[in-house]
Amino acid sequence: MPISNVFDIAGSALTAQSHRLNTVASNLANADSVAGPDGKPYRAKQVVFSAVPMGEAAASGVRVTGIVEDPSPMKQVHDPRHPLADSKGYVTMPNVNVVEEMVNMISASRSYQNNVEVLNTAKTLLLKTLTLGQ
Amino acid sequence: MANSIDDALRFHADALNLRAFRQELLAANIANADTPGYQARDIDFRKSLQEAMAGRGPSVQLAQTARGHVQPSGAAAAGPGTPLYRNVVQASLDGNTVDMDVERAQFAENAIRYEANLTFINSQLKALLAAIQG
Repeated sequence: MPISNVFDIAGSALTAQSHRLNTVASNLANADSVAGPDGKPYRAKQVVFSAVPMGEAAASGVRVTGIVEDPSPMKQVHDPRHPLADSKGYVTMPNVNVVEEMVNMISASRSYQNNVEVLNTAKTLLLKTLTLGQ
Repeated sequence: MANSIDDALRFHADALNLRAFRQELLAANIANADTPGYQARDIDFRKSLQEAMAGRGPSVQLAQTARGHVQPSGAAAAGPGTPLYRNVVQASLDGNTVDMDVERAQFAENAIRYEANLTFINSQLKALLAAIQG
């Protein structure tokens, strides 16, 4: 039944977008984390989305196929008094771009809202179909 | 008599099936709004409905394992329409062709038409019931 596939599709998008929101939260929270659990500065993380066939072959949902680390160079901040500063007085800071992360967050939350709307519409339609002939 | 009731409802049943299928496709487009390389898809509703009414289109054949088995005739064997790719108005860098404005508008329109179809079926059922009960 096609309409009930909509729940799977929109549901997969909700999962994917909340994954994305999670990584944004992690990136923003660690924007100034000079040392992570491995002793190295935090690297920004990004999710990778890909379309996966769902239900009948035509329609596809979304899945997070991986979380990759941002390869861009780390920020160097001159602060000789910092305990983790190197011999030249530079501290390696995370490569989190706060502006980019904020944009990412807004985009993820809007996409999430869109899919919630889709889910609600599908629910209304299915409920109406169930009362057919009454 | 049973056949004429079936005939009376067939058009709207076919249209309803197609609407549900299209709703699924549009939901997939909205779900994949942020997937790189995803290409938005939709069906040509008029053509698909004509195909469904004529009993053509991607049809499902029943297996005939014994003499005397019959194939269902006409629309009963018709599957949903063939999805086509949407024309791109403004291409994005990552190869995604989902235009959220278009998708949302089409999704809302399709939902309304689905409901209209349900209303038609309901009123036809009511008319049939009135004819039966007098």
